[in-house]
Amino acid sequence: MKSQKTIDRAPTNGERKGKDFASDQDVRWCPGCGDYTILKQVQNLMPKTGIDPENIVFIAGIGCSSRFPYYMNTYGIHGIHGRAPAIATGLKAAQPKLSVWVVTGDGDGLSIGGNHMIHTLRRNLDLNILLFNNEIYGLTKGQYSPTSRVGHVTRSTPMGSIDNPFNPLSLALGANGSFVARTMDRDPKHLQVLLERTHLHKGTSFLEIYQNCIVFNDGAFNSYTDKSTRDTTSIYLEDGQPLKFGPDDRHGIRLDGYRPEVVDLQKGDWSDDDLWIHDEKDRNKAWLLTTFFEDNREVGHLPRPFGVLFAEERSTYEGLLQDQIAAAKDQHGEPNLDELLAGEETWVVT
Amino acid sequence: MSIQQKFKKEVTIRFAGDSGDGIQLTGSQFTNTTALTGNDLSTFPDYPAEIRAPAGTVHGVSGFQIHFGSKAIYTPGDTCDVLIVMNAAALKANLQSLKSGGIIIANTDGFGKKDLSLAKYDPTATPLQDAKNSGYTVIEIDVTKMTRESLKETGLPPKDVDRCKNMFVLGVVYWLYSRPMESTIKFLNKKFSTKPIIAEANIKALKDGYTFGIATEIFSERYSVEAAPIDPGTYRNITGNDAVALAITAVANKSDLPVFLGSYPITPASDILHSLSRLKHFGVTTYQAEDEIAAITAAIGASFGGSLGVTTSSGPGIALKTESIALATMLELPLLIVNVQRAGPSTGLPTKTEQADLLQAFYGRAGECPIAILAASSPADCFDITYEACRIAVEHMIPVMLLTDGYIANGAEPWKLPKADELKPVTFQYQKPRENGQDKPSFRPYVRDENQVRPWAIPGTKGLMHRVGGLEKEHETGNISYDPDNHQMMITFREQKRDNIARFIPDQSMDEGGDSGKLLVIGWGSTYGSIKSAVYEAIEEGYEVSYTHLRYLSPFPKNLGDMLNRFDRILVPEINSGQLVKILRDQFLVPAEGYNRVRGVPFTVAELKDKIIEMCTS
Ligand code: SF4
Repeated sequence: MKSQKTIDRAPTNGERKGKDFASDQDVRWCPGCGDYTILKQVQNLMPKTGIDPENIVFIAGIGCSSRFPYYMNTYGIHGIHGRAPAIATGLKAAQPKLSVWVVTGDGDGLSIGGNHMIHTLRRNLDLNILLFNNEIYGLTKGQYSPTSRVGHVTRSTPMGSIDNPFNPLSLALGANGSFVARTMDRDPKHLQVLLERTHLHKGTSFLEIYQNCIVFNDGAFNSYTDKSTRDTTSIYLEDGQPLKFGPDDRHGIRLDGYRPEVVDLQKGDWSDDDLWIHDEKDRNKAWLLTTFFEDNREVGHLPRPFGVLFAEERSTYEGLLQDQIAAAKDQHGEPNLDELLAGEETWVVT
Repeated sequence: MSIQQKFKKEVTIRFAGDSGDGIQLTGSQFTNTTALTGNDLSTFPDYPAEIRAPAGTVHGVSGFQIHFGSKAIYTPGDTCDVLIVMNAAALKANLQSLKSGGIIIANTDGFGKKDLSLAKYDPTATPLQDAKNSGYTVIEIDVTKMTRESLKETGLPPKDVDRCKNMFVLGVVYWLYSRPMESTIKFLNKKFSTKPIIAEANIKALKDGYTFGIATEIFSERYSVEAAPIDPGTYRNITGNDAVALAITAVANKSDLPVFLGSYPITPASDILHSLSRLKHFGVTTYQAEDEIAAITAAIGASFGGSLGVTTSSGPGIALKTESIALATMLELPLLIVNVQRAGPSTGLPTKTEQADLLQAFYGRAGECPIAILAASSPADCFDITYEACRIAVEHMIPVMLLTDGYIANGAEPWKLPKADELKPVTFQYQKPRENGQDKPSFRPYVRDENQVRPWAIPGTKGLMHRVGGLEKEHETGNISYDPDNHQMMITFREQKRDNIARFIPDQSMDEGGDSGKLLVIGWGSTYGSIKSAVYEAIEEGYEVSYTHLRYLSPFPKNLGDMLNRFDRILVPEINSGQLVKILRDQFLVPAEGYNRVRGVPFTVAELKDKIIEMCTS
């Protein structure tokens, strides 16, 4: 076997800085695009992983977000529209020791590449999928996407979109994803924490990142980032902690059977003990959390959850594949090509 | 009455019956025994398209044809000398393939009122009598009754007894063609090793069928076919699909090169996936993807990681892969794409054969997208040509499309086993690691060698971090470039890289006939056997004609143009509406003429011979 086939993942790059992971290429997103923050936070994460840059691969499809690999000083593939999860699957299955990242968008990952996305999630290869959701097509200049809200007026929906949008986290969970999380570009600290969780999870991690497209859909997520509204529109999840949000954490969420209910913690009727305690391993509750998905323009809705909604360790596809390869080698011993070629029955002509 | 023993140079037999009658097994047993007897042979199975077509109907008829002889055999035979039918539907579906005056061996129990009606014969019809009246020799045997009689002491339930009918018939045919029964007896003992009673019953039915041949007076003649002059060596019988799978495995094993197959089930290519999925211990990883696009893109991902990426499909699946083939062309990574062609367009006739994807292979992608194209000429040739396709993909860092088709994928012929020691490994070298460091200039992944081939730099290698993608690359650096001159240059490089392969493939040689003359027949793909036989017969009859068969289609062998120019007329038979003929005219400005039939079935030797003679005499 040639030496390059096996990859050591020795954590030897401790002295590296985030900027060491920037490639020599000029970054070409629009000024003010949310992608810049995400790039910076991903670059900052890299030294922390302890993985040498030669053992990291970024794979993308097509779209604004998919230019990402060009800006990372790692290995990378800028593939074709929607197919990044499939390319990543082949690479990871063939080279399980690599740290493989998929960078995609709402159009790339949920529309043209939706099929690969759901199948990758159910197979659970150890991949990190970053889905930049800006609810619009940026690179093709402003058409509605599968996450655009009903009524959204875009260049291809002059009278407003009549497409019911995907709820990406319900989709990911429904596809049996083993790690389902949400963060946003405007909160770099949370983004950094979630990127780290994404990296550490062994299995397919699905991280939806709300990303502002300043040109074609500016402010789509403003209500979650504006100081005046964000306290009531967002809730930050922490494992083992009660669901609380609002100014001074005055609101909590309790479960009335399977019905989530917002309660006021300052009136004395309810205390922390009555609240829903977040459990990342609870698939059913995670399902409920993904359904906190009302249009944020409406008042009185449940807050949008950020953080890790669901995380479960289970076998990875490449792990099971390696097991089968090892079992086949055990069973058959040293492969004998002559025997294989001869098959079941031969005859000799003299 | 004494039975006459007659010697035959060649014979074609077709077994036909209901899907449940065990026809394929019967056919393959006859094939193995015939191979062991030393005859040359070629076979073709004819399955119903539906998995469980209604029993007794014409749709449910399964057939198996074998052509064997004491001379070289290149096709499964245009028409058969003997047709064995287990029921009325089998007769109805196959009578047109029987030579006039040929022999029908019929299981009369399959010709009852119900059978006639299921086969959509008129209730008062007497198809066997009609056949007799039309000059066929009809041998009627109540196989069901005879088998039940033979096995009445076994105590087996009637269902199991009736399952032995095919062995009774095989016994009769073994007697008729003077074949030994040992190989099949051995096979039955092995197949039913856990159910010795069933093995015994099948063997008894087989032997009693044979004895029935001796004892009864329904045959007036018995035949023998002498061994053919065959190259000494060890042989096995092989289908095209199996040969493809074995070659891919041999490349992995000999070259110490991991292979990754990404595939999605499709008729008639799925058997390659099945075979390779059992060979994990040989360094072959198989992955059944969610769709055709995922199958090929996963293979591309694996190639980026240092494996030979392979994807297998058929025409409609290949159409879905075209954008990905173009990606692999831009990434300049090794990739093998196997297209087991079937009759199209769209779903077409999935179980039937055609050669109509050649233009798709040449031109069916967006932009200027040169790839290498090879085609297999017979089931056994699938091994050699697949090995070649893998070699070219790796040594030239290029996608290679290998064309086979349903006819050679499922058809079988004897294959002289290569020795593993004598197979040449595919040569490759991953790019060596370099020191990391900001002060070092970035690695340049698109620096080319003298053959325009770029290095294979795989993740996990220190200092070679680089990005590839579908956007046009800058020469040498591989960075994105929109420069017009650079685009022209890269277009030219990719084309030259493909053309340079011609330096590393054998010159085109003549299969039959002289190096120059009035008429050259040129073929590609699975038509080899029929054209070869037709040209051979025409030459025997005194016509002046030459024949060459292409296995390398893109690039063509260097000397092909010269060869074509030495003939007055060029005939290009293809099972399509004229595809290679267009390319030859385009590239060589020669007056090539097509002979084209698109009926989902192979050419008959007879029709090709007629055409050749017509061209020789006009
Ligand atoms: S179009 Fe939108 S998403 Fe694309 S780079 Fe510009 S701001 Fe970013």
